[in-house]
Amino acid sequence: MRESKKFRIPIGPQHPALKEPESFSVALKGEKIKGVDVRLGYNHRGIEKACEQRTYIQDVYLIERICGICSHTHSTCFVQAVEEIAGLAVPKRALYIRTIIGELERIHSHYLWLGVAGHEIGFDTLLMYSWRDREVVMDVLAMLTGNRVNYGINCIGGVRRDIDETQTAQVLKAVGILEERTKYYIEVATEETTIIKRLSGVGMLSREDALRLGAVGPTARASGIDYDIRQKDPYAAYAELEFDVITDAHCDVYGRTVVRLKELMQSYRIIRQALKKMPQGQLTVRAPRKIPAGEAISRYEAPRGEDVHYVKSNGTEQPERVKVRAPTLANIRTVKYMLRDRYLADMPIVIAAIDPCFSCTDRVVSLNDTANKKREVIEWQKLRSYSIEWYKKQGIDFTELNRKFKNRD
Amino acid sequence: MLSDTRDHKRTVRKMDTENKIQQELIAKFTYLDGKVKISRIRRIFVEVTQEKFTDVFEYLINNEGFLHLCTITGLDEGATFGIIYHLSEKNGIVINIKTSIPKENPVLKTITPYFPGAEIYERELTDLLGFEIDTLPPGSRYPLPDDWPHDEFPLRKDWKPKELKPEEKKNA
Repeated sequence: MRESKKFRIPIGPQHPALKEPESFSVALKGEKIKGVDVRLGYNHRGIEKACEQRTYIQDVYLIERICGICSHTHSTCFVQAVEEIAGLAVPKRALYIRTIIGELERIHSHYLWLGVAGHEIGFDTLLMYSWRDREVVMDVLAMLTGNRVNYGINCIGGVRRDIDETQTAQVLKAVGILEERTKYYIEVATEETTIIKRLSGVGMLSREDALRLGAVGPTARASGIDYDIRQKDPYAAYAELEFDVITDAHCDVYGRTVVRLKELMQSYRIIRQALKKMPQGQLTVRAPRKIPAGEAISRYEAPRGEDVHYVKSNGTEQPERVKVRAPTLANIRTVKYMLRDRYLADMPIVIAAIDPCFSCTDRVVSLNDTANKKREVIEWQKLRSYSIEWYKKQGIDFTELNRKFKNRD
Repeated sequence: MLSDTRDHKRTVRKMDTENKIQQELIAKFTYLDGKVKISRIRRIFVEVTQEKFTDVFEYLINNEGFLHLCTITGLDEGATFGIIYHLSEKNGIVINIKTSIPKENPVLKTITPYFPGAEIYERELTDLLGFEIDTLPPGSRYPLPDDWPHDEFPLRKDWKPKELKPEEKKNA
């Protein structure tokens, strides 16, 4: 192999077609990827430092803003750690409400992912469908918490709002609608040959590599790793609820799609049980302003995987140290392995398949022609179009499927 | 009520494993006597000196099955820097191994041979606390920008964010 034949493409960090800033530098030989460098940090806002300079109460709201998609994830993870240090016995009703909001958040996040995945492979009708359906759960979240994102339901020692009987009925109705739609999407994903052909064997990550690299969440579970924090290290009300941990042995993007879709079914199961079993009682216990000196580590199964918060207190109103490790940071390394020796056309869907959230952790691709010393920045939108056209030439074309779906509804 | 008894049973069973890990650690490394604390179910904290760190760390990975690295936390503790490695195993137990390094010579051995995924966490320690990691593979920094001054480490307690200049405030 002559070194001069390698071509390096920069993708990122700032581009209007990308949802978030990060930078990938891809070394190419022909159309095959030989290496990927990821540069993160464009969205680093210094939240850990900012937490040290604020009170615990302010931090709950600041931490909720780490991510717009899994905001409840971060705020729950944080308050759990603080509650553990302060020795607070959070009322059971509050724990059930946290669980219900957490599962509703997972539903909206997985629906969002399904749409993005559909878009990246050129199946835009799926994007339109799933994002329309997602509005159902967004409305439920707005009804229960007052907000579509950044729910602000948690406080140290409990939750701020109750769920009444009328709301319960509305949640159950929405869950019914969403469950029907999910069944339909599972049918589409497992029976439509265009989808199966497009996603199978793409972004392979063996069980061994997933373990070795520390992959978490649906990315790990689609490589056959039976690990879910909700079951292994239960928090909120999960220890009292029955659900299955979904795994898949495909180890590819197809497997990750199936895992997320089936997880939705489990979320409906959890919400129904939680609404039924939720005991009456208080919503909060009084929390002291000054948290006694101590330390705690809290874990939470976010839609993207294990979220970790470490809190150290020093007896004052402000924490000594807050450490946050969002799931994307644990999964981003796997992308390098998933893309090695694969075609450039696979890049959009492989990256999308870990469901990256870079505001949590912290997008553009650059191409370098080392022979002519040329550097080219490729836009995500261009890469996406290239990917769709490339697969059309291989006979995987979503035009027919898009038309068929439009006519079905 | 049914669920309460089930919870209780679960707690009793799980704490057995924590106690077993604690006893095995102390039996194997006598200097850890009094340094292994179980803070609650599924949470163990261990304090170990930098010299003995690798022995304990390898033992936990190879003999106790702590095969997942949750993350690494760096702490500024005044005279020293603290480092906590958060590891977990298949039953959901998290062990937090704490060690410390002197502030004047903050050099830390890399754990990437055990956990390749640790690279990004170690880069974070380099950027935010100024640790020197022996030896990280070459790669781009994380998370600070490339033009960030090389002698400023934001997570150190003596580092304070600078006040914005009046003209910057207008744009903020």
